[in-house]
Amino acid sequence: MNKEDKELLEEVVGEDPTKADSYNIRKNGKGIDRKVNPNINIAPKENNSGIDVYVKDDTLFGTVNIPVIITESGLTDVVYNDFHIGKNANIIIVAGCGISNNGHWDARHDGIHRFYLEEGAKVKYIERHCGLGVGDGKRVLNPVTEIYMKKGSYMVMDTTQIKGVDDTIRTTKAKLEEDTTLVITEKILTSNDQQAKTEFEVELKGENASTHVTSRSVATDDSYQEFISNITGNTKCYAHVECDAIIKGNGKVKAVPEIYAKNVDANLIHEAAIGKIAGEQLMKLMSLGLSEKEAEDVIINGFLK
Amino acid sequence: MKKHANVFANEITCEFILMMIIKIERRFMLELKDICFERNDRKILNHINLKLDTGKFYVITGPNGSGKSTLAKIIMGIEKPDSGTILLNGEDITNKAIDERAKMGIGFAFQQPVQFKGITVYDLLKLATNKELSKKEACDILSKVGLCAIEYVDREVDRSLSGGELKRIEIATVMARKPYIAIFDEPEAGIDLWSFQNLTEVFKEIGATSQGTTLVISHQERILNVADEIILLGQGTIQKVGAKEEVFDHIFKPKKCGKEVAPCE
Ligand SMILES: Nc1ncnc2c1ncn2[C@@H]1O[C@H](COP(=O)(O)OP(=O)(O)OP(=O)(O)O)[C@@H](O)[C@H]1O
Ligand SMILES: [Mg+2]
Repeated sequence: MNKEDKELLEEVVGEDPTKADSYNIRKNGKGIDRKVNPNINIAPKENNSGIDVYVKDDTLFGTVNIPVIITESGLTDVVYNDFHIGKNANIIIVAGCGISNNGHWDARHDGIHRFYLEEGAKVKYIERHCGLGVGDGKRVLNPVTEIYMKKGSYMVMDTTQIKGVDDTIRTTKAKLEEDTTLVITEKILTSNDQQAKTEFEVELKGENASTHVTSRSVATDDSYQEFISNITGNTKCYAHVECDAIIKGNGKVKAVPEIYAKNVDANLIHEAAIGKIAGEQLMKLMSLGLSEKEAEDVIINGFLK
Repeated sequence: MKKHANVFANEITCEFILMMIIKIERRFMLELKDICFERNDRKILNHINLKLDTGKFYVITGPNGSGKSTLAKIIMGIEKPDSGTILLNGEDITNKAIDERAKMGIGFAFQQPVQFKGITVYDLLKLATNKELSKKEACDILSKVGLCAIEYVDREVDRSLSGGELKRIEIATVMARKPYIAIFDEPEAGIDLWSFQNLTEVFKEIGATSQGTTLVISHQERILNVADEIILLGQGTIQKVGAKEEVFDHIFKPKKCGKEVAPCE
């Protein structure tokens, strides 16, 4: 790992990944560093195609850090990461991908992450994406997340894509059994001619399953975003989907909500709001002495915080 | 010798005139000249002339829709008058932007507080003071408006706060700036009676200690009671300026029926 790699990693993870209890660092399609512990095992799949992470029952407060970096122009990296979270385990997983593309060809990472939560398991999953580099080749990220939640499990998923990614299609699918809760928070900023599409498909199968999906996005310049959510309630359950977008310049945002209640006790709510920065927000901050540009930055940074 | 004396005398008169000018300017810190504001063929403000002295506490009152908030917004620069001029210490600020006026010392607490997703009370107070503000200092400002500070500094200024809480925070952002001209648009609206007494004290204190001018839009007698002068606005014009008694006399003077209020068709 060289200095640039370290910087890119920091940019993605926000901290030194080797400080975690267990980690796996992948660079340009290959695992380059790994640490496991008695409770958390990381086993590589064949042909560098990904990893299996096993977290033992009752593991408390473990952390797993699995960043991916790509520094080769023209590389397409497809990876399958499976997480098997034991009963009543409580862990934090940090994943993310940084692409630094200084060349002419597109660099692409498709991460397929599958989470299997056993009964009572609790997971906080943090995912960060960013693109760097000065080349005119694109930085493309297409993450797929699948979540299977057994009775009484709980998962929080926080995703952030704040800069430099040209093209994204993000797909998240989840199946929730009894007494489970899934909280998803997504933050996306697109600029120039970037495109981002995110799709959520959540099936509330068991009684008292609930989900909260919050998407906050900002589309500036000529960028385009699409938000699709598809929630099905099969039984007594609760869902709240909130899509909130700010558009600037020629930015475009499309929100497609779909909620499908198949049971009289399913309570499903969808809220979507798209618009430019409210004039009164700008005026309030300007009345505190900020210039219009400063006020805009404060509003957008807060919104995506 | 005679010539010299003349020059001397001249100098004195110059200085005297200069001093007079400064005095006059100080006396009339803010001046609105012939302000008109019309929307949808309705004269919302109709030839408003007003001078506000330094160090005084003014209250604008008048019926709903009489143009009070519009007048305040015009002073802050949020609305632009169709005609007329606004002078601050003699300087024409009619075409100055909101942030320029803020930097010149005008502050305005909105009637409807603005909400921000992801921005905390502490963030907002830091922006307002435009300096390194410790949490302790932020808390002190908040306790002035009757908020138990620790509970509030880290909360987001969004709809999770109650109407009264938002209103207090809005007032706090203006107090934090210590503006020369502080405008509060119906600060008491939505604030419970218990803490209302307290708030009146705060305004009194601002009035007493600040070198600047305080302008409060209000319908509340308690606030009218502490005013140095009350400005009564009606149908876009200033009906009366004066002490409480004079203005109340004017308000409660029996009106000729049928003329003032046109019946609905
Ligand atoms: N930009 C605008 N466009 C159209 N009408 C406006 C505009 N701004 C204000 N008005 C109208 O001007 C009138 C005065 O409004 P303003 O908000 O100043 O009243 P106010 O005296 O503050 O009333 P209140 O006591 O209810 O707060 C109202 O009838 C309002 O509808
Ligand atoms: Mg008003």
